[in-house]
Amino acid sequence: MQFRDSFFASKFGISERDLEGWLSEALSRGGGYADLYFEYLATTSISIDESIVKSATQGVSMGVGVRVLAGERTGYAYSDDLSPERIRHAARVAACIAEGPSKTIKEGFLNGERRELYPVLTPPADLPLEERVSLVRRADEAARAYDPRVFMVQAVYADTMKHVLVATSDGRINFDRQPMARLNVLVLAREGENPPQRGYAGGGGRVGFEFFLNEKTPEYFARESARQAIVQLDAVDAPAGELTVVLAPGWPGVLLHEAVGHGLEADFNRKGTSAYSNRVGQRVASNLVTVVDDGTMHSRRGSLNMDDEGNLTHRNVLIESGILRGYLQDRLSGAIMGATPTGNGRRESYQHVPMPRMTNTFMLAGESDPEEIVRSVKNGLYCATFGGGQVDITSGNFVFDATESYLIEDGKLTRPVRGATLIGNGPEAMQRVTMVGNDLALDEGIGICGKDGQSVPVGVGIPTVRLDGITVGGTAR
Amino acid sequence: MNWHEGPHLERLAGRVVSLAREAGATDSECTISEGSEFSATVRMGEVEQVKEAGSRGAGVRVLFGQRTGSSYTSDLTDDGLRAMVSQAVNLARITTEDPFAGLPEAADFGAVSHALDLYHGDVEALDAASKVEMARLAEKAALTLDPRVSNSEGGSFGSYLGASAFANSRGFLGSYRASNCSLSVVPVVKDGDAMERDYWYSTARSAAGLEAPELIGRRAAERALRRLNARSLSTRKAPVIFEPRVARSLLSHVFELLHGESVYRRASIWAGKLGERVAGNEVTIIDDSTMPGLFGSSPFDDEGVTSRRNVLIDRGVLKSYLLNTYTARKLGLRSTGSASRGLTGNAGIGHGNLYLASGALKPEELLRRMGTGLFVTELMGHGFNAVTGDYSRGAAGLWIENGEIAYPVSKVTIAGNLKEMLNQVAAIGDDLEFRGSVAAPTVAIGEMTISGQ
Repeated sequence: MQFRDSFFASKFGISERDLEGWLSEALSRGGGYADLYFEYLATTSISIDESIVKSATQGVSMGVGVRVLAGERTGYAYSDDLSPERIRHAARVAACIAEGPSKTIKEGFLNGERRELYPVLTPPADLPLEERVSLVRRADEAARAYDPRVFMVQAVYADTMKHVLVATSDGRINFDRQPMARLNVLVLAREGENPPQRGYAGGGGRVGFEFFLNEKTPEYFARESARQAIVQLDAVDAPAGELTVVLAPGWPGVLLHEAVGHGLEADFNRKGTSAYSNRVGQRVASNLVTVVDDGTMHSRRGSLNMDDEGNLTHRNVLIESGILRGYLQDRLSGAIMGATPTGNGRRESYQHVPMPRMTNTFMLAGESDPEEIVRSVKNGLYCATFGGGQVDITSGNFVFDATESYLIEDGKLTRPVRGATLIGNGPEAMQRVTMVGNDLALDEGIGICGKDGQSVPVGVGIPTVRLDGITVGGTAR
Repeated sequence: MNWHEGPHLERLAGRVVSLAREAGATDSECTISEGSEFSATVRMGEVEQVKEAGSRGAGVRVLFGQRTGSSYTSDLTDDGLRAMVSQAVNLARITTEDPFAGLPEAADFGAVSHALDLYHGDVEALDAASKVEMARLAEKAALTLDPRVSNSEGGSFGSYLGASAFANSRGFLGSYRASNCSLSVVPVVKDGDAMERDYWYSTARSAAGLEAPELIGRRAAERALRRLNARSLSTRKAPVIFEPRVARSLLSHVFELLHGESVYRRASIWAGKLGERVAGNEVTIIDDSTMPGLFGSSPFDDEGVTSRRNVLIDRGVLKSYLLNTYTARKLGLRSTGSASRGLTGNAGIGHGNLYLASGALKPEELLRRMGTGLFVTELMGHGFNAVTGDYSRGAAGLWIENGEIAYPVSKVTIAGNLKEMLNQVAAIGDDLEFRGSVAAPTVAIGEMTISGQ
């Protein structure tokens, strides 16, 4: 597809000449580089609660962000009005970051290479609302049917379609259509007079509605959510102290996201504020550990045909057999550090400045049999499901919340334990990985990553992993 | 963009309500807001980023009997508003009759009569150069305090000016505008291989209300420095004191427990506990949306119900939940004026100025009385479960021996159950101050499990 046939050209009548004009305005006071990011986002969300479809919402937001780089300085302005005069005004405001004679921009644009990592059969706009309603109804029924102790079910289905266009002063133009869909189920279960317990499951990705009919059904997520709540009914107090921990495959990869991923974002590293700063080529994990960030995976939540600066995404090896190989770059940090772009420049919306972010971050499979890993632990904790996590990239300390775990006693999973926070230090914890399973799995597609007030969708993954020594924050001694 | 457009926004909101009526809606409500933001970051003495922009948006909720639909748009042209209304009308077709859905009772509509002092012209009057200069001065104060302050994530100034209007089909129409600004610094300190960062900040509705940049920079650097060369602890039970910055998180948990939706779904340990003792005698928690000049204040809530002061916990006894019209009806109670919504969807629940009332003791006196224990200055993670009260979070702080600071601590967790934590609150400091809409003084929690090496 050529630019003239693209969404913004056809819907808003934007021409290449217009883009050149606004970029020239952005560089009217000097500045080394400017770009425009156009976004059009249509969302739909349907929720069921107490078996009543209580809420149905749709909406559209759109706008353009103008960025000007002058050395290490960034000027940014945006407009939610796509009229030429408002865009020109935003460009003039962003231009003020520079102080000098105006620059001329390259004439004509080169169309960026295009990919199709997430073809969607039924665009959300063509999907009857009733079809979405049937998904949340099915989830509600399946969760209630799972066990009579389930007494509360909430399910939400949300889909979005985002159209983006990036045009740069160095003559590149690229655009993309980015679908996203997600179904979540929250369940409460109760037995007798004991306090209720909760379960939460969900998933999706850059997929169409068909995904929930053919691959992961509402019943699948509903039963998983109900199962978690029922398991917790028998949970005992979590242990306190340093323990050997085995992570289940899949979503527990959130450990890598916190312990490794954020600390490898290039903005922190060029400023020298990360625990991983100036450590490329050094050992930062055990030799069993290879960590990859891959934005090019088919239909995954963290995948992108191009990043939010118009660069193609890549499969980037961050840690190879325990040795730090590189950082996650965006344009600004890459230029300052003299590194090639890795396709990790992302932003929440046109109202936000791009920065280095993860896409899908995971550890490659090892050779151990997962059952063998559990058998090898005399006393420990098996973490099956996590809530979220957080990291202080400067000290390297991170936490993550284990919401479903089991005691390991004499190599066997025994009792479920109550939720507990685990805390460790990134480089230290990754050196303590002593076994890596052959069962790499990616999460179901529910990750949201926050940084500097900006949220973006991400994916994580990990095989079964044994960590020798991490602090578990329970209450039982 | 022009910031004095209250009447203009009210006209647009009223227009949306009449479009909904024309489309056959039994009832409707509309929120319209606009705002402008400015932010500047200075890092290592150099301007790093300046951002400036304005935006606006509208949201509508329509009712057809007791079915609802809602939608939003950033297109405030008449065509844009019409498209939004017809989308919401279309969505109402597919929702289910909900016997509790509906607008508030007419008697509940209204606005606080005294001046709330939410808007100050000095924020708008401040030029970009002065804002950048404040960020620069704050960072400089941090960088020059001590040679170990060797790096920084920068000093930042941010300001926001906004206006919003609300109208509904029962005749409510109101609008207000507000301003705020903030100044913060994130220094990074280094000693050998140890590296730590911390932050300090000030926020105010007026530029004149901000703390001096030098003070903010110095506090931030002092906080980062005192974290250097922290140790873990052996796993143990010990008394714990929360400094105000982290004690606020306890109120966020209390908010979850009092949240009307959690209460009617029985997803809160406090469901069905009105009138019962849920905390120690020392504990009084108030939510007040009517305090002049503060961040949680507004003349009316997001359903047009008059803002008020709600005593939630009075000397340990549970007195009130936080309710919007819907959850109040579900529970057979009255709205507490706590409806909160973005542009769209059904009204949720929010809080105004939510705070733990001050006690009588100086914070140093709390430490002295504790003798030996953990003074928590940072919490990490989200380890609180409102359904069970289970509490487990990452922590850092200072180990206290004989009432004096012994050494910094990090990489530990603290765990317990919020029910017991609140019941054991031993004493509360006299140092309540508002740096946002949630505030707490220093709190002595009593014993918790500290997990470490």
